Amino acid sequence: MNARCLALLAALAAGPACAQGYAGLGTRAEGFAIPSPDTRLSFPDDHGPHPEYRIEWWYLTANLTDAAGTDYGIQWTLFRSALAPFEAEGWASPQIWLGNAGLSTPTEHYAAERLARGGTGLAGATAQPFEAWIDDWRMASTAMTGDQLDALSLTANGDGFAYDLALTANGPLVPQGIDGYSVKSREGQASHYYSQPFYDITGTLSLPSGPVEVTGQGWLDREYSSQPLSETQDGWDWISLHLDSGAKLMGFRLRDRESAAFTSATWIAPDGTPTPYRDGALTMTPATDAEPPTGWQIDLPAQDLSVQLDAINPKSWMPLTFPYWEGPVRVTGSHQGRGYLEMTGYPAPE
Amino acid sequence: MRRAALSALLSHWRRQPLQLFTLLAGLALATALWSAVQAINAEARRSYDAAAGTLGLGAYETLGDPAGRIPLATFAALRRAGWPVAPILEGRLLVAGERLHVLGIEPISAPVENLPAGLGPDSDLTPADLFLPPGLGFAAPETIAALDGAPDLPRLIADPALPPGQLVTDIAVADRMLEAGGDLDRLLLLPGAPEGTPGEIAPALRRTAPQDQGDLSRLTDSFHLNLTAFGLLSFAVGLFIVHGTIGLAFEQRRPIFRTLRALGLPLGTLLSLLLAELLLLALLAGALGIALGYLIAGALLPDVAATLRGLYGASLPGTLAFDPVWALSGLGIALAGALVAAAHGLDKIRRMPLLASAQPRAWTTVSARALRRQAAAGAALLLAGVAAPLLADGLLAGFALLGGLLLGAALLLPLLLSAALSLGAARARRAAAQWFWADTRQQLPGLSLALMALLLALATNIGVSTMVSSFRLTFTGWLDQRLVSQLYVTAPSESEAARLRDWLKGRADFLPIWKVDLPLHDAPGELYGISDNPVYRSHWPLIDAAPDAWDQFFANEGVLVNEQLARRNGFAPGDPVTLGPGWVLPLAGTYSDYGNPNGQALVSLPLMLQHHPEVPRLRHGLLTDDIPGLTAALHDDFGLPRANLINNETLKATSLQIFDRTFTVTAALNVLTLSVAGFAILTALLTLSTMRLPQLAPLWALGMTRRRLARLEILRSLALAALTFTVALPVGLALAWCLLAVVNVEAFGWRLPMFLFPRQWLLLFGLALLAALIAAFLPVRRLARTEPSHFLKVFADER
Amino acid sequence: MLIQARDLRKTYRTGDGPLPVLSGVSLALQPGETLALTGESGSGKSTLLHLLAALDAPDSGTIHLGQTEVTALDDAGRAAIRRERIGLVFQQFNLIPSLDLGANLAFQARLAGRHDPDWCATLAERLGLAPLLDRFPEQLSGGQQQRVAIGRALAPRPDLLLADEPTGNLDETTADAVLDMILELVAETGAGLLMVTHSTRIAARLSRRVHLSQGRLA
Repeated sequence: MNARCLALLAALAAGPACAQGYAGLGTRAEGFAIPSPDTRLSFPDDHGPHPEYRIEWWYLTANLTDAAGTDYGIQWTLFRSALAPFEAEGWASPQIWLGNAGLSTPTEHYAAERLARGGTGLAGATAQPFEAWIDDWRMASTAMTGDQLDALSLTANGDGFAYDLALTANGPLVPQGIDGYSVKSREGQASHYYSQPFYDITGTLSLPSGPVEVTGQGWLDREYSSQPLSETQDGWDWISLHLDSGAKLMGFRLRDRESAAFTSATWIAPDGTPTPYRDGALTMTPATDAEPPTGWQIDLPAQDLSVQLDAINPKSWMPLTFPYWEGPVRVTGSHQGRGYLEMTGYPAPE
Repeated sequence: MRRAALSALLSHWRRQPLQLFTLLAGLALATALWSAVQAINAEARRSYDAAAGTLGLGAYETLGDPAGRIPLATFAALRRAGWPVAPILEGRLLVAGERLHVLGIEPISAPVENLPAGLGPDSDLTPADLFLPPGLGFAAPETIAALDGAPDLPRLIADPALPPGQLVTDIAVADRMLEAGGDLDRLLLLPGAPEGTPGEIAPALRRTAPQDQGDLSRLTDSFHLNLTAFGLLSFAVGLFIVHGTIGLAFEQRRPIFRTLRALGLPLGTLLSLLLAELLLLALLAGALGIALGYLIAGALLPDVAATLRGLYGASLPGTLAFDPVWALSGLGIALAGALVAAAHGLDKIRRMPLLASAQPRAWTTVSARALRRQAAAGAALLLAGVAAPLLADGLLAGFALLGGLLLGAALLLPLLLSAALSLGAARARRAAAQWFWADTRQQLPGLSLALMALLLALATNIGVSTMVSSFRLTFTGWLDQRLVSQLYVTAPSESEAARLRDWLKGRADFLPIWKVDLPLHDAPGELYGISDNPVYRSHWPLIDAAPDAWDQFFANEGVLVNEQLARRNGFAPGDPVTLGPGWVLPLAGTYSDYGNPNGQALVSLPLMLQHHPEVPRLRHGLLTDDIPGLTAALHDDFGLPRANLINNETLKATSLQIFDRTFTVTAALNVLTLSVAGFAILTALLTLSTMRLPQLAPLWALGMTRRRLARLEILRSLALAALTFTVALPVGLALAWCLLAVVNVEAFGWRLPMFLFPRQWLLLFGLALLAALIAAFLPVRRLARTEPSHFLKVFADER
Repeated sequence: MLIQARDLRKTYRTGDGPLPVLSGVSLALQPGETLALTGESGSGKSTLLHLLAALDAPDSGTIHLGQTEVTALDDAGRAAIRRERIGLVFQQFNLIPSLDLGANLAFQARLAGRHDPDWCATLAERLGLAPLLDRFPEQLSGGQQQRVAIGRALAPRPDLLLADEPTGNLDETTADAVLDMILELVAETGAGLLMVTHSTRIAARLSRRVHLSQGRLA
């Protein structure tokens, strides 16, 4: 366990996280704030960091295409993890920040990470004007009016790739779960969780072959919590789908070693009205023998949804200190569309 | 047939367990010392390779502000502009009366190679331990002991690989301890950093080149060559034992060989059986030796690591990895050694006539002609050694000289001892004395290998300890002289430095210590500007100087360079020295500069300011008679942090501590080699004693008591050790001269004066006698307790 | 009386139990007397000689050499007796290989502190060793070596010369010559001689003969 792994452990907090990815929502909650169903989201304040919670993230995925119709996907994530429930100026800060960025093409997959300590200005987030950054990776509000998250600029770079994108929301912020209180297990572990799934995107991807102009759709998740996952939960499968009808679907399945997986879903109507579904309403079934499964059967009978997900690039493995699979998918079946799939807690593919 | 023959051959060892032990122990010891040195070298080489450009913090280019520390915001701005940089904060503190060098690193961004070993894969430390108060600090065990009980320290973890007096800790802890307010000293430029300086993001920052790694490997090479030479020497000493034992075992089994041959065993089969036996024993001893060598290497490695770090700035892990290739090579060297040691014996068996009469003591008798032949070979080796530095330059020639000197002297030893004993016999008046000298001389062939081993060990000991002690004496004297100022002060910033100079007016004289790092004649170097103060003329010793060196120097017409730079480039006073593009000055003189791997040059302060107006002006040496008073005033009135102040006594103590640790390994190997030689004498005496009875019985019958015989046996052992020491002393002194005047110059670039330490010789003489006494004790006790009936058997058995 | 042994008994401990070697031997020798001690192999001849030579001590019984009770002496006392009053000649000569003949010849006398160069020179002359004095034992024939051993034993002018098969390793002609010299020199010095031999021919040339059989004198 070198210091870097120690730091990442801290950032990602779960005991077995080194092996399992960042599925852990924290091992202990001592001294940290606990998510409560009575807490109401408040903007723009909640766009900024919540140091009293153990972990938090700003998580953006986007499905993009170039002029020739080639599919691309990008991911931009900033995690915050606290060793103690406060923030301080300078080196005394107990906050640690981790950035992950990915870029998928049908044949290639790029990934990079950044790590920095809080209190130093190297990484952080502010609510107004909104900005989240680590080193030279940056997600910043460009909104003149309305919510800070209505328009964003987004940059990141890594070995062999970079992107610079402009995002404009054409719909409202969407609370997940019950008014933003999202339950993660039958024992009641939960987080505060809201999304902005309505981004239209234009921008440039820089690839070894040269710059590529792209357009597409993006989805931002904001989530913070202090509570550990249930002891027996060892990974999750998460999807965010942009359906051609204009509706969106967020769903996740928390795998459990000892009982059935815990599922949760939010159906988001084209106007942004969310319909949350409790455990069991959504079923997610691997449709390939691959490990992790890069094809899925997704059923939400309540919305007459029965679709097949296929990875645009099955090799979208993020080979970082905490490895996981994350990449764009194509949606076929009862509904058509595109989306993003994230799978944690699987062993690295050969 | 083979099986029967082999069991007949092996039965010898059952009857001679002591001989078997000697053989195995000798070979195991030889292998152990050799393998230990190899393991250490391999470990070091592995670290250098792994580092390949990322070795130590000095391996990185850095950004720094000549005017002082770097604000945290500047660091953040650089990172946000995409510069891959890692922060370093360091400073000196007085903690519990100890001067502590606090090195703050940022574990999240620092290169992994530079993290303390304690944060390695097996650590059970948690992120909270590391990042939340009180935090963690890594330091050498002696540093931790010295800090015992001091308040406001992080949790301390021992790391023997760290230099004494250094505390490596998280930057947050360093920030707290040094009260740096978030500011930083330097930024390491990590792979992928842009070229050039950051420009408008941080206009004050300057880029500094990494320390030259080629130079480092050249320097460390010489250190490893030193170790290897020691390893070879120990191995040679061990082989003397093995050669003796195998020779004896072959000799004693001559009747068996003859009988086996007479019974129809072909010579080839006999030889192959003996070889098989030898391989078996060598493998067994080799395995033992490897295990032992691994332990020795593990014990020595922390000190080696400290040496390399202290002397050259190379970092090495304090722990040893097990390498199967190394183990195999250890077995290989054991096998090769056993074969070399047995070659002579095997050849004799090959040529042994089937029907010659048995000569049970042939092994111990060597003709005078053979003795002369050996001595001639020794003389030739001596000459070749002396010729080596005349014919070739470099470290290898130096080691050829050492090797020729040692081996030549060893080969000459038997003839010298024989001559000395003849002289003794000629002067002896009493019968017992006459017999003593004559008999000792007759024992000589059987003991000469062991005595040669003793000679090597003693000479090495004298040579190396003379070298180390001379070095230490010179170094101490040099420190006394060179630390001309009583206090050394570093101002936190240029503005503070200016205020300090104003403040000092009327309080104390000060000497600017302003330097820039620059290449000097194509190697890393440093240039200092010094002001015209009489203290330099009186306290700065020049070892090679023009007659009016100081006048020329302060007239801005000359440069002074350190010995390393002068030797590397063959400078003599008057030669042109290039200090920069278009800046050439004649050499006014050279000065000693021990412990500095880099070239260094001094120019007068006006010249320095003219050519390098941007030179940081932070360090100053203060001349004062009232150290405590000035210290207190600087702290209380001027407001200088204690960390920015160091007095020359502390500086000297730190330097000497590093120096002493540097030579711990040498001392350990010295002791080990001497022990092996002592063991060689013991085994030789033990084997001889088994053949002594027939020689002593008649003397006893003629009326000498057992007690008297035993006393004479002890005296013989002491006399031989004393005579050997007499030969070893000049050889050792020659060796010391060689180390100081040839090897040191090649390896480090400085030549040291040689001092003599008769008290050390006396001590070593005592040690040699003690070793001889201990070695003789066992056989002699056996003799003193021999029952008369055993003596009688000598007469009765003949019937 | 030169030497007087009374009721000497000696038993060796062996793996097969005690082995009695001497079972009550009494013996006396006058000054100038020459005595041959004969017996079979294993009859105890050498053991008796070793006891008389103060090389070993009996289990019981006494030995007087002149007025000195040898059997009452300690290690050092016995060594002094061997040095000063007894000359020993062995079958294997047992010269000291590291010393030349001159030194070997004078060795015991010098050890005993009664070195007489003239007497040594006489002995060398009489034994035919004079031209060989700077040689080393290994350069000599067996007969020459035994003459050195005889000279060495007689050099301190011992009261008693003890010889254990002194001619056993020599051919007949040499043996006779060596025996002649021993008898001649013993007669000249007035020492007593006790010689262990298995040869009746040699025994016949001595003044008296005793036979040892199964640990007793016949």
